[in-house]
Amino acid sequence: MKTLTHLQRLEAESIHIMREAAAESERPVMLYSIGKDSSVMLRLAMKAFYPSKPPFPLLHVDTTWKFREMYAFRDRTAHELGLDLLVHQNPECVRLGINPFDHGSATHTDMWKTEGLKQALDLHGFDLAFGGARRDEEKSRAKERVFSIRSPQHRWDPKRQRPELWRTYNARTNPGETVRVFPLSNWTELDVWQYIKLEEIPIVPLYFAAPRPVVQRGGMLVMVDDDRMPLEPGETPEKKSVRFRTLGCYPLTGAVESTADTLADIIREMLLTTTSERQGRAIDHDSSASMEKKKQEGYF
Amino acid sequence: MAHTDSRIASDIESYLAAQQEKSLLRFITCGSVDDGKSTLIGRFLYESKLVFEDQLAALENDSKKDGTQGDDIDLALLVDGLAAEREQGITIDVAYRYFSTERRKFVVADTPGHEQYTRNMVTGASTADLAVILIDARKGVLTQTRRHSHLVALLGIRHVVLAINKLDLVDYSRDVFERIDAEYRTFAAELGLSDIVSIPLSALRGDNITQPSPNTPWYSGPTLVQHLETVEVDDDRASDPFRLIVQWVNRPHLDFRGFSGVIPSGVVRPGDRVRVLPSGAESTVARIVTYDGDLPEAVAGQSVTLTLTDEVDVSRGDIIAACDAPPAIADQFEAHVVWMSEEEMLPGRRYLAKIGARTVGVSVDHPKYQVNVNTFEHTAARTLGLNQIGVCTVHFDRLTPFDAYQDNRDLGGFVIVDRLTNATVGVGLLHFALRRSDNVHWQSLEVDKSARAALKQQRPAVVWFTGLSGAGKSTIANAVEQRLHSLGHHTYLLDGDNLRHGLNRDLGFTPADRVENVRRSAAVAALMADSGLITLVCLISPYREERRMARDLVADGEFVEVFVDTPLEVAEARDPKGLYAKARRGELPNFTGIDSPYEAPEEPEIHIRTAETTEEEAAEQIVAFLLNRPAG
Repeated sequence: MKTLTHLQRLEAESIHIMREAAAESERPVMLYSIGKDSSVMLRLAMKAFYPSKPPFPLLHVDTTWKFREMYAFRDRTAHELGLDLLVHQNPECVRLGINPFDHGSATHTDMWKTEGLKQALDLHGFDLAFGGARRDEEKSRAKERVFSIRSPQHRWDPKRQRPELWRTYNARTNPGETVRVFPLSNWTELDVWQYIKLEEIPIVPLYFAAPRPVVQRGGMLVMVDDDRMPLEPGETPEKKSVRFRTLGCYPLTGAVESTADTLADIIREMLLTTTSERQGRAIDHDSSASMEKKKQEGYF
Repeated sequence: MAHTDSRIASDIESYLAAQQEKSLLRFITCGSVDDGKSTLIGRFLYESKLVFEDQLAALENDSKKDGTQGDDIDLALLVDGLAAEREQGITIDVAYRYFSTERRKFVVADTPGHEQYTRNMVTGASTADLAVILIDARKGVLTQTRRHSHLVALLGIRHVVLAINKLDLVDYSRDVFERIDAEYRTFAAELGLSDIVSIPLSALRGDNITQPSPNTPWYSGPTLVQHLETVEVDDDRASDPFRLIVQWVNRPHLDFRGFSGVIPSGVVRPGDRVRVLPSGAESTVARIVTYDGDLPEAVAGQSVTLTLTDEVDVSRGDIIAACDAPPAIADQFEAHVVWMSEEEMLPGRRYLAKIGARTVGVSVDHPKYQVNVNTFEHTAARTLGLNQIGVCTVHFDRLTPFDAYQDNRDLGGFVIVDRLTNATVGVGLLHFALRRSDNVHWQSLEVDKSARAALKQQRPAVVWFTGLSGAGKSTIANAVEQRLHSLGHHTYLLDGDNLRHGLNRDLGFTPADRVENVRRSAAVAALMADSGLITLVCLISPYREERRMARDLVADGEFVEVFVDTPLEVAEARDPKGLYAKARRGELPNFTGIDSPYEAPEEPEIHIRTAETTEEEAAEQIVAFLLNRPAG
């Protein structure tokens, strides 16, 4: 008798979750952040509904500050797969020109991403959104349900979560409430990389090492991706062989020096590394409970 | 443990190939607040080298601030996630953790031991194959230990590790270890738990976690990790009869119709004869379709899409099953019910049940008995409160394919959802059907409702007056009955107060009793309508759900909901029976409008605002509505 491997089990579980979510909602949407987890989630969606296309559009909540390579990858992916891609930019941020340099990372992230996400969901009337978060990413995520109900104000209340048994998910909502669904809940970072390798899933080239112009700032190596980045006195971009373990807004995403330019090298580096994946993200650093606060306020 | 393999540096490809062949074990840890559960899981993560330097730095900071281990690192803080629970110093929810060793990957459900959070433990246990039950060696088998073991057995976990922890605090005493082991086995046997492995531990000091401890030379068994890596979890689901839970009908274009779902048990191949349930239609599997190409075979655990050779009707929630061993179909069952809501269960209330991908209406009778999870005694109970477990008869409103929970968790377990809040309020574990579809018959009667109504030259009705006490329901209903009577119609008036002197005299005013009061009254009203009468019912009937139930008992168009809408202040000022005054003095608990809710109708057929309408006008309006109804 055939026994399923760990990855086959994870894949089957994610597909089951996606089918359940799509069948039980009126207007589902998949949040697409262009990163490696989104790439895996998208592949799983292609598998879950095959030979049909996924019965929902992709939504990118844009900040206008992503890496240029991310935008190119996003548009190419949606085009090649023949999927509907919605891009939302918070018009207030556009008007005020919100950016991480003048307004700080907290305001930047809150207004573009947290507020932008709420706006986009309300604008299109989506009642269910898939996200690529994993429980192993961060402590407050370990207690997140696979189907997580948000109030009409998009708030998460960790004390009012629904018990979730077997694979029997309760996706029912009251008027105004929405559901966040996390098909990758039980995947670890290693699982994601192994699956990308096994399935030959395309990812943004920024994950692979290449010579890129960077400056050292605030303990991070920041890539100078375009001329909007104001250089401080004494800062001169230097070409270094770097790559990114996580992708976000380029001014807020730290690069690591690396020569890993194949998937196997990346996985090796990941296994031998001694810092966790989220360290490259500026938003977590304030306090270890900061992610939980952000989630209560409506951050994905 | 995990990432120390020298192949990572030298031969990553062969390392990855080996990683992909690993199996998976899902287990839960249960223990009471101080048993050291979080420390044990923190120890797993730490020993797996899954704690990174930045996390360790944060941990050192946190240990100084919140830790309970003095200057030592408090490993428990690695897993105690949420800010609120950190402040309280206890774990309050189910958390899932991931670690791996050379041989296996593990998904750990960290479940709380605190009494009021039993529902979380049931949640964690529902997906686990093995349970690690922690015992503080200084305290031995506690009430919590019994409760956890009972839930482990109830949820169908067959493998138990008894982790006798904090052995360092009893000088690594062999006597203590053996006494606890013996005591545990005695009562575990009563629960039908037989595969028990006891291990002496100190999670804090690391004894017998990964390496045999020099402090317990008298112990020759496996370390905790060795055991978890090698324990055979008899996953015989693949050898059980084939089932596919249909989640989604896959129709990309007119030439393709597939059924997408998950296989909870068995094996399927093209050419297999299958039966679709509940319809009973038979067909043959044509293809097993996946994104990666058609498969020659699919097994338990896989998510696939099947096509059939015949055009049979299949919908979401149906089961496609092996033709020669299909699941049974029934609508009435005996089940264990675990209640998970702060609002107690209302016997007779209609809830929703989700079983597999199927959602049906469900009602639960008064428990046959409640199970004391600490002593396993059966006690009498009228209902179930938060974290209580009972054995009940459950009624589904549709025939539903099922397997006994012990045989198939997916087809025997269901969640209970409140229709108004949509919250998950409980779960049920089906044991057996009380009534099979093939022996349910209605006695058919020669003289039917239409014959009786024709003789009376009227269309029967149930006119349901709902509203606060003192709203004027009975006064208006009396006026309606007088008019109908004078016009030659056959009527009957069921008054809530009068019914409470006879049929309902055993009922009080608790939510459960109110539900039962309405259920009985509605059943009587439906019988009277069936006899051809225009039946007027005056009942506060405060809950929407029961009024909907009453509506569903009669034919479309025969139920007329009349909302007698009097503001609370007005009804209270009137207070014809002096009840509000008593309620305000606290002499009448559960009084609607004072300390018990009234859920106003959302779309009543007739809405009487007594502030704007006289009794005569109201009666006129209701009579006109009744007489102008189209013939049924």
